[in-house]
Amino acid sequence: MKPYRIFALIERDMRKFFRNPALMMASMVFPLVQLVVLGYAFGGKITKVQVALVDKDTGTEALPVRKGLNAIVQAPQTFRLSEYTDLPEAVTDLRAGFLKAVIYIPPDFSQRVLRNENPRIAFIEDNTDTFTASGIFERMQQLQNSLNGPVLPPASNLAGLFSPHRLPASIDIQTVEVYPYIDYIKYLLAGSISLSIFVTAMIGGGITFIDDKARGLHEGYLSTPLSKVDLVLGLIGSGAIKGLMAGLVITVIGGLIAGIPQLWEPLRLFYLVLVLAVTSLSMLSFMFLLMVRVSDPLVPRAIFGVLNTLLFFPSGAVYPTAGFPVWLRAMSIVDPFTYVVEALKNLLLKDTGFAGIRLDLAILTGFSAALIAGCILLFKRQI
Amino acid sequence: MDAIEVKGLTKRFGDFVAVDNISFAVPQGEIFGLLGPNGAGKTTLIRMMTTLTPPSDGLARVAGHDVRKDPDGVRNSIGVIPQALTSDPELTAEENLQIHAKIYAVPAHERATLIRELLEAVDLGQFAKALVGTFSGGMRRRLEIARGLVHSPKILFLDEPTTGLDPVSRANVWDMIEKLQRQSGLTILLTTHYMDEADKLCERVAIVDHGKLVALDTPTRLKDSIPANEVVEAEFAGAPANWREALAALPQVLSVSEHEGVTHITTQNGAETLGAVMDLARRRGVSARRVTIHSTTLDDVFLHFTGRQLRDELGSKRLDISHLYK
Repeated sequence: MKPYRIFALIERDMRKFFRNPALMMASMVFPLVQLVVLGYAFGGKITKVQVALVDKDTGTEALPVRKGLNAIVQAPQTFRLSEYTDLPEAVTDLRAGFLKAVIYIPPDFSQRVLRNENPRIAFIEDNTDTFTASGIFERMQQLQNSLNGPVLPPASNLAGLFSPHRLPASIDIQTVEVYPYIDYIKYLLAGSISLSIFVTAMIGGGITFIDDKARGLHEGYLSTPLSKVDLVLGLIGSGAIKGLMAGLVITVIGGLIAGIPQLWEPLRLFYLVLVLAVTSLSMLSFMFLLMVRVSDPLVPRAIFGVLNTLLFFPSGAVYPTAGFPVWLRAMSIVDPFTYVVEALKNLLLKDTGFAGIRLDLAILTGFSAALIAGCILLFKRQI
Repeated sequence: MDAIEVKGLTKRFGDFVAVDNISFAVPQGEIFGLLGPNGAGKTTLIRMMTTLTPPSDGLARVAGHDVRKDPDGVRNSIGVIPQALTSDPELTAEENLQIHAKIYAVPAHERATLIRELLEAVDLGQFAKALVGTFSGGMRRRLEIARGLVHSPKILFLDEPTTGLDPVSRANVWDMIEKLQRQSGLTILLTTHYMDEADKLCERVAIVDHGKLVALDTPTRLKDSIPANEVVEAEFAGAPANWREALAALPQVLSVSEHEGVTHITTQNGAETLGAVMDLARRRGVSARRVTIHSTTLDDVFLHFTGRQLRDELGSKRLDISHLYK
């Protein structure tokens, strides 16, 4: 071992490093971005989730309940209320993923309050997302405590101390879980599947493409009659097939490990394949668009890990997007992972039908089409 | 109609002019060479003709198709073997040809036979199922020639086909190119910086230097176009200051130049000049080493037209470092 030789090699690599701005950016700036995203991607307060209110009570005793719910909507804005007239319809939308909970005030609520006969409000929750469900339930408990305030003598000088919303009888909030208990490994499965497709996309759509370019293999194809569209669709298509294969393997093996019930149900499997196929296409298109003008083989490798974090954690795969700050929620809206995770959770955890995935499929398909168009536009067919 | 027609073709990269107003035509069935050192613009020129790079100015028609207006027409008519090895190392020889056959829509029922015949023609028949990553450079080059022919093109472009190959592989590739042209009447345009390759293979040679076309003719006529017939080369030790002038004054000597310690004497009669040079050296007490006579080569043609030797350009800017070893 000779120190001067070691230092000569160190100098060589450091000189190359400082001449590569993309690499410097990836190793210094991106991790900071990653820190901020990760720092805000966990533990935030749940806000602005969609909750349905089905109020079948015709009496006046439900008014304080509605006032309390509206107060929560105003601040702390844990949820937004949508009025439904039909409980089955609300539960259907809950199962389809359009709602996070349904609050049901039964028709005999006021009568039970006045007769002090154990009045109850049903809190029907989507327990596949325990973070969101517990966030909403915390507010419901606060509302319950407020409505069931301490008994005080009706003295006029204490009038100001009365809780204005206090009800004559204590109400009970009865929680109904729509699904069987979901353990965390099941919750994580959707994210793991999307991650496996992403990794395949990165390798197939990013690293392999750039490596072939760097080895000069592309030149052998550019002088053939292949058009830009042929080249882009061919490269994206092959990567998408690889991504689909990876996704299917993880879905099956991960589903068995996590204990997803009725994994082999044909229609659900069909929808899963559909979601995985569209996911694969969208991720490949995304990766290809990022790399379409890149020639340095180090670039995809350098940004791989950071991109992974930037796409995965804002997607709601690990913690619900409802708990994100505004800027991180904005990121999740443009993050294809978000729609993939949502669709997969709907299929794997809730067993929703097409209704639970159609919007995500539409968004991912539109996203893919736009990205593929961008790839075709930017792809350089000449050297 | 000429197979290749180039008029005023120019390529600029910013302020740098890589190809400067080059014009030539290649009739059908000819093997045409572009000879020049590295950086002369040969690859840029071939890339413009094969639609890989757009020209800045001028026009090029290949197999009757304009490279700018009808690039697909050009691509369907040509086979291209680029300088870099572009065959897929992760595929077998057969698979490489199959993919190209499919791209060119060779009918499915013809593919298997065609591929077998092509691989036999390039002496790779027994390696059909082998991964290309296991091939030597020469084998890969032969495979790429086969790949360039899979769609029966009218014109074949080869960019420095034997660069980096050992002498045996070079000879094999030369044989193959000659056989191809004999059997199929293919028009072949190749670029090279090897004068022996251009001399051996090409019916006509265009000499390119710094992006310009400096000469174009058959190798024989190019060699005949320079005044000398032969060149005497020698290394002298102990030569006096006016040694070059003394050599130049010898009968039948046309010119005297020196490059890297080697004196080049062009003459119309090599044997006589050699005798005169040795005689002069003996009388002046100059010792002569490594004395050779050879007929004029394309290197001499290059020297005549550019003032530099082709082999000098290849190893350009070699410094005299002998003092470091004293």
